[in-house]
Amino acid sequence: MAQPVTERQYQGIVHQRSRELMADWMGELARAEADGVTTGATMISGNCVELLRACHVLPMFPEVVALQNAIRHRSLPLILKAEQAGYSSDNCAYVKADVGLALDGGMGPGTPIPFPSIVVCNYVGCNVYVKWFEHLADISGSRLFMLDVPFARTDRLEDADVRYVVAQLEELIALCESLTGRRFDIDALRERLALSVRAQDGYARCKHLTKRRPAPFDAYFDSINMMGPINVLRGTVEAAEFFDAAVEEFERLAAEGRGPLSEERFRTVVEGPPPYPYYRSFRNLFTRWGAVAVQSTYSTVGGIWEFGFRHDPRRPLESIAEQMLYENLTNRSIVARYAQIKRYVEEWEADALVIHSIKSCRLFSAGQGDMREYFTRELGVPTLLVESDLEDPRYYAEAQIRNRVDAFFEALEHRRLVAAH
Amino acid sequence: MSFGAGVDVGSTQTKAVIVDGAREIVARVLINTGANVTRAAETAFARALESAAIPREAIGAVVGTGYGRYKVTFGDAQITEITCHARGAHAAFPRTRTVIDMGGQDTKAIKVGPDGAVVDFSMNDKCAAGTGRFLSAAADVTGVSLDELGRRSLEAVAPVRLTSVCTVFVESDILSYLAQKKTVEDILGGVHKAIATRTMALVRRVGVEDEITFTGGVSRNVGMVRALEAVLGRPINVSPDGHYLGALGAALFALERGSATERAGEARAPASSTAPASSTGA
Repeated sequence: MAQPVTERQYQGIVHQRSRELMADWMGELARAEADGVTTGATMISGNCVELLRACHVLPMFPEVVALQNAIRHRSLPLILKAEQAGYSSDNCAYVKADVGLALDGGMGPGTPIPFPSIVVCNYVGCNVYVKWFEHLADISGSRLFMLDVPFARTDRLEDADVRYVVAQLEELIALCESLTGRRFDIDALRERLALSVRAQDGYARCKHLTKRRPAPFDAYFDSINMMGPINVLRGTVEAAEFFDAAVEEFERLAAEGRGPLSEERFRTVVEGPPPYPYYRSFRNLFTRWGAVAVQSTYSTVGGIWEFGFRHDPRRPLESIAEQMLYENLTNRSIVARYAQIKRYVEEWEADALVIHSIKSCRLFSAGQGDMREYFTRELGVPTLLVESDLEDPRYYAEAQIRNRVDAFFEALEHRRLVAAH
Repeated sequence: MSFGAGVDVGSTQTKAVIVDGAREIVARVLINTGANVTRAAETAFARALESAAIPREAIGAVVGTGYGRYKVTFGDAQITEITCHARGAHAAFPRTRTVIDMGGQDTKAIKVGPDGAVVDFSMNDKCAAGTGRFLSAAADVTGVSLDELGRRSLEAVAPVRLTSVCTVFVESDILSYLAQKKTVEDILGGVHKAIATRTMALVRRVGVEDEITFTGGVSRNVGMVRALEAVLGRPINVSPDGHYLGALGAALFALERGSATERAGEARAPASSTAPASSTGA
C-alpha cells in the first residue's frame, strides 16, 4: 500500500442536524403518552409515514430502536432475553432485540418510549416481520393493523395490486380516525406528500452527487445520517429543510473536490445492512484501503428515489400504494435487485461490489452467493462477500472479515497495477 | 546479496521462510504459535536466520502473513495469507490456477492468474467445519495421531457417512460409529470424505481450473490429498513444502520489496552525494 488513507474528521451539517432531528423525534415519542399523542409502530421498508402523520399518528419504528441499541452495544442482553423466552438463535436479531426490550416492559434506545397506540404491519418484503409485529401487538396490548402489500411479482405496476393496497389504506384511515377522534383531511395528506417530494428530491440529488470523483460522502456509511430523515421524517418541514441543507453541503464538498477520506482509491457499491454493533470497526476496514461506497442498496430500503419515482399529491393514496409496492428495495425480487446494483456499478463507475450478508436474515440474504457469482462471472465485477449480522455481535469475527477485505483489495490493487502497465 | 523473509503466523503454527536473490529457499522453520503471537513470529524468524547462517542486516525486507500478520512487529509489510499462498503455490507450480489452502482454522479456495495473483477466492464461514481443527477433533476421539490419520483413512473399506462436518459434533458422531463397531479406518475414511466434499463446495464458487495446488498444513495428510483428488476427479499438486507456501509467498514479496528499496536507494545515491557540494557552492 502507498500512503495510509485516513478518514477526514468530517462532522458537517448533515451529521449534526440528523442527530438533532432523530433526538427530537425520540423525545416526542417518549412524551407521547403524557402529551396524549397517538403513536403507530410501523416498519421502514416501503412505509406510508406521510399517511400516518396526516392521520395525526406519530410514527415509531421498532427497527430504528433495534439498530440504535446495537450501535450503543446494548443489543446482546436483549437478544439473550428473547432467546430465553424461546426465540431461536436463527430468528432475525432485530426481532429478538426488540422483543427482549418489550419483554422488559418498554421500548426505546436509552430513553424509554411508551408502547404504541397502534401497530401497523406494512408487510413489505419480510414475512418474519409479520410475526414480529403480531408479537409486539400481543406484548403491548396495542391494536394490530395488518397492511398486506403483495410482493412485486412482475416488473410493472399491477392495477389490481394498487387498488388492493389503496382499499386497505382507506381502512387504515378509518381506524386512525376512530383512535384519534380526528377527521382525516385529504388536503393535509397532499401537503404532507408535497413536503415529502421535496425531501425525496434532495435525497436523490445527494445520491447522484456520489457520481463525482471523489464522492463527497460515503453512500453506505454516511447515508445512515440521511436514512433517518428520509424514512422517519418524510412529510415534515424539518425533513424537507434537512435535505435542502444536505444538497447544499454535498454540492459544496463536491465542488471543492473533497470526499470522506484523504484519498479515494476504490469506488464500491455495497449490498446489505451494516453490522451496527461494529459499525466503526467495519468502516475502518474499508477506510484503510481508500474504499468509498458510491452507492448502496441499504440506503433504498425505505424507498428508491434516485431513479425518479416521486409521490404524486394529486393521486395521494394511489402513489403511496405504488411506492409501497414497487419503489423500495425489499418488496422486489432478487432479479430486480441485480438490475439495481448493475445500474449502480455502471452509472456510478464502481470498481467493485461488496456484499455484507446478514446471518440472522435468511430471507434477504438468501441468494447472495448467487449474486456474487453473477457479478463476478457474468459481469466481471470483482465482488467481495462477507458475513456477520446487523444486530447480533456474536456473529462478527473481526480477524476473518479483515482477512477477506484485505485479500480482496490486495487483488484489486494488483489488477489495477497490471492494467496500468 | 539481499534476502527476503516471510513469516506466516497461523492459528496453530508459525512458519518462517528465507529466500535468496535467485528466489531459492535457504531456510525454513516451523514452530507452534502458542499464546504469544509476537514471540512466535520473532522466534521463527530468528531460527530461520540461524538456519540460513546470515545476519539480520542481510534481509532486505520481512513480510508478515497469516492471522497474526499484524503481530509481526518487525515486519516491513503485511499481506494476507490468501495472496501469499497464491504466490507461493505459483512459485512451486507455475501452472497453478486453483489453490486449495487448508489450515488449522480455515479452508480457502483461491483462483490464481497466470502471474500468481489472486483473481478470486472463497473461504469457509465463521466455523471450523471442514478444516484442520476438524481433523484434530477426529484424531482426539479415535486416539490416532495426526501424522497417522491420513494413512489410516486410506485403509477404509466402507467409509461411514458423516451427517455433519461440525467440529463440535464430530466427536459424538464418531463415538456413535465406534459404538456401532465401525472400524477406525472406515470412520477416518468418512471424515476425510466429508471434508473433501465440503471443500469442493468452496472450490466450485471460484471455479475449478487446472492445475490445482493443495497448500497449508493439512496438505501433508495423504488421506486428504486422495479424498480431494477423488471429489475433484483429477490429480492435484502437493509440495513437500506445502505448509510453507504461505511463508514462501510472503518471502517472495519481501524479496521484491527489498530489491525495490535497494533500487530506489541506488537511484537516490548520486543525488545525495551531490547535495553537500551544491550546498557548499551556495
